[in-house]
Amino acid sequence: MAGTVRRLTWQIGEVVETSPQTPRTKSLFLEVPEWRGHRAGQHVDVRLTAEDGYQAERSYSIASAPENGQVELVVERLDDGEVSPYLADELRDGDGLELRGPIGGWFAWDAEEGGPLLLVAGGSGIAPLMAMVRHRKAAGSDIPVRLLYSSRSYGEIIFRQELETLAADDGTIEVIQTLTRFQPEGWHGYDRRIDEKMLREVAYPPEEHPLAFVCGPTPLVETVATALVELGHDPTRVKTERFGPTGG
Amino acid sequence: MDEQRLDGNAAAGILEEIFTFEITTARAACVHCGAAGEVGAQMAYVTEIGTVLRCSSCDNALIRIVRQQTGPQRYWLDLKGIDYLQLQ
Repeated sequence: MAGTVRRLTWQIGEVVETSPQTPRTKSLFLEVPEWRGHRAGQHVDVRLTAEDGYQAERSYSIASAPENGQVELVVERLDDGEVSPYLADELRDGDGLELRGPIGGWFAWDAEEGGPLLLVAGGSGIAPLMAMVRHRKAAGSDIPVRLLYSSRSYGEIIFRQELETLAADDGTIEVIQTLTRFQPEGWHGYDRRIDEKMLREVAYPPEEHPLAFVCGPTPLVETVATALVELGHDPTRVKTERFGPTGG
Repeated sequence: MDEQRLDGNAAAGILEEIFTFEITTARAACVHCGAAGEVGAQMAYVTEIGTVLRCSSCDNALIRIVRQQTGPQRYWLDLKGIDYLQLQ
């Protein structure tokens, strides 16, 4: 903990690109002049200020690898949200966005920490886990990874193409998808919410001491964390990031 | 008011407003039940006015932070739920 004292300060990032991911999600790419670099899994706080001075703050996970100079955030549009409709609908290239970070060294992973890595995501919970698989690739790591990813439908799988390419090109990363509401014809993946039976089939056995990162809506995170511990995994190696009931 | 039950990691922003080191990986021991674990692994209850960090074993309030909403930047920090903090 030695080192220089630094305060977490708000700064302005510039939106350099926005890119639709799915009908309800969008990637924002930001250039942040004072960015001091992040670790895969960390987040930023975003702050919006209304004309009357009212401020709303939300946390967004960073989806880009530390090796990438830009900061990519995945924004899911929640219709009754205070922040996400602005980020998803109003923000344009060249706009400034007030943020601070990177924040949170607990839900973070560096390739040197090893694995195997068990990643479990629901919906836009893929973002910090995407930073981990991208970091792993950029670092030239061959640590085995299994990513179990739950989406409502095929069209709502965020980073679908990139994940397919990663899994096809690299024998040490396995991507297992489950679609909970609608499955396309001929779908061979899982077709239900993540449960203990699925985790028993997908997760590395506890004897291999995997490091697990779980991110998504609160019910998914709690189900997965509880099931992993019941299956015999070390609770201190199961790290969770809940979105919570509201957000937006 | 909306209150969200989240991971301790979600409180990292407001904690870093006060502590200038990475506190989510520090270990905190609970005064009430004695359980010790990383701050990021405890439960955070986050509202607009402040944050309560509760022990993931017994729900005792480990850290309470209230942030003044208007005027000068001012915090109230209550750490009496923590027996000790182990920093690395």
